[in-house]
Amino acid sequence: MQCQICDKNNATIHLTEIANGTRTEMHICEHCAAEQGIAVKSHIPINELLSSLLAVQPADDELSGPSEQKVSCPNCGFTLDQFRKEGLLGCPHDYEIFEKSLRPLIEKAHNGKTTHCGKLPSKTPQDSKKQMHILNLRQQLEAAVQSEDYELAAKLRDKINQNEK
Amino acid sequence: MKLTDISNDINEWFNGSGPLADIVISSRIRLARNIAGYKFLSRCSNAEKAEILKKLRDVLMSLELGDKVFYISVDKASTLNRHFLMERHLISRHHAFGKGPRGVVIAQREFFTAMINEEDHLRIQVLKAGCQLSQCAKQINHIDDMIEQKIDYAFNPRYGYLTACPTNLGTGIRVSVMLHLPALKMTGQIEKFFNAARDMSLAVRGLFGEGTEAASDLYQISNQVTLGISESDSVSQFENAIIPEIVEYENAARSQLLSKQPDILDDKISRAMALLQNAHLISSQEALFLLSHLRLGINMHEHMGASTPAIEKLRTLCDIGGDADKAHSLSIATINRLFMLTLPAHLQLNYGKPLDPTHRDALRAKIIRSALNQDTPQKS
Repeated sequence: MQCQICDKNNATIHLTEIANGTRTEMHICEHCAAEQGIAVKSHIPINELLSSLLAVQPADDELSGPSEQKVSCPNCGFTLDQFRKEGLLGCPHDYEIFEKSLRPLIEKAHNGKTTHCGKLPSKTPQDSKKQMHILNLRQQLEAAVQSEDYELAAKLRDKINQNEK
Repeated sequence: MKLTDISNDINEWFNGSGPLADIVISSRIRLARNIAGYKFLSRCSNAEKAEILKKLRDVLMSLELGDKVFYISVDKASTLNRHFLMERHLISRHHAFGKGPRGVVIAQREFFTAMINEEDHLRIQVLKAGCQLSQCAKQINHIDDMIEQKIDYAFNPRYGYLTACPTNLGTGIRVSVMLHLPALKMTGQIEKFFNAARDMSLAVRGLFGEGTEAASDLYQISNQVTLGISESDSVSQFENAIIPEIVEYENAARSQLLSKQPDILDDKISRAMALLQNAHLISSQEALFLLSHLRLGINMHEHMGASTPAIEKLRTLCDIGGDADKAHSLSIATINRLFMLTLPAHLQLNYGKPLDPTHRDALRAKIIRSALNQDTPQKS
């Protein structure tokens, strides 16, 4: 298969994008990929990846009170330093305590997504199920605005308003 | 239930059956879960780990799975037994050689296993032969529901099921398939597959999971994104986009071999036959590598009607046992059986005692020779 950009070299890089159920494909050679700024990722051990992601974060604003960098979890005694070394968290509570520092990393690891979508435990209290539903709707709303589907966005906004009553 | 009860045969999801089985060997779905009110394992003392273990073990052993279940204490198991469990994909390397109290609950037919105290408190998985991801998903969801009736999972509305590593957050689902891609390898196009997989945010691993090499042209691919995508969307991406695409690649490479490079194909198959039928010492790595070429030959005949001199010769091996004696004729199931039963821990467990590498190589060669030459029925 020939590269779709230069039409000379063999296409060795194949991009498949699935957005809203539509699949688009692109077949290009490594040379053109480099020119387009498409990085062919090499395998990086997960904890290295995690700690490099944490490292590039700007330190907390000095005015915003105690920095997450220095805090330890009251529940398990965990600190961000330990996370950098081990790549694993200490307890479920850490997701709240270190939320600011973890958020960019979570976003990066999950292709920009930050909100759960899918199964809910059947025993989840009603209001948190509702909260979940609203969070999901908000995510859809964001996507609709981005793709300029304002009709859908308006519908979603109404739905969110209704749910929040 | 002893491990030797299962060690002399392959598990049912590895018998070469199921949809698209000529390329998709097996399907697996696992869920990562933690119990609410406990720390993650890296912060747990051994006493806490033992408490979690007991709690989960009691719940899992009481589930109605439609099959007998048994429990193995991994921290107390011998090194040989741990290797054996790993070779059968019943536990991970991390679980086999981790620290502290931990165990695994296994359904006797091996379609279900639950690792307790691996990286998360609980990792349950369902495995099936061929491409059967939807069926795996349905079954594991049902099992997860049953467990959840008895235990509260750590869950948060924003982030979903909370896991020790943020990369598993959300659904905690890992969808994976084991693929046999010998033609892509032979035609020098395997890099294409790696690049395509990476571009689709998939992880590619070797035969035994994280950090292992691809043996026998077998690769496992799995999803990496678990947050913001539902379980059913993760599964349908695999079934509707990813798997068809890779199967198409591999089939195109197989056709290319047949039409443009039949000599390369025949050379690989003939060499594999000659070595496997005659070698007196064979390492596990070499055996896996050669058996892969036999598997390719048989599948190309069965699924594409391929008929080259080497494939025809291979077929005469397949027919030796005759139709009346199917059990002894060379089939994909036999190849997979040789494949699994000659792995180091299987070999030693079935032999009854540990063997040094040279003795293992001799025993492996003997088992394979007798299966392929059909002078004596294969003894295991």
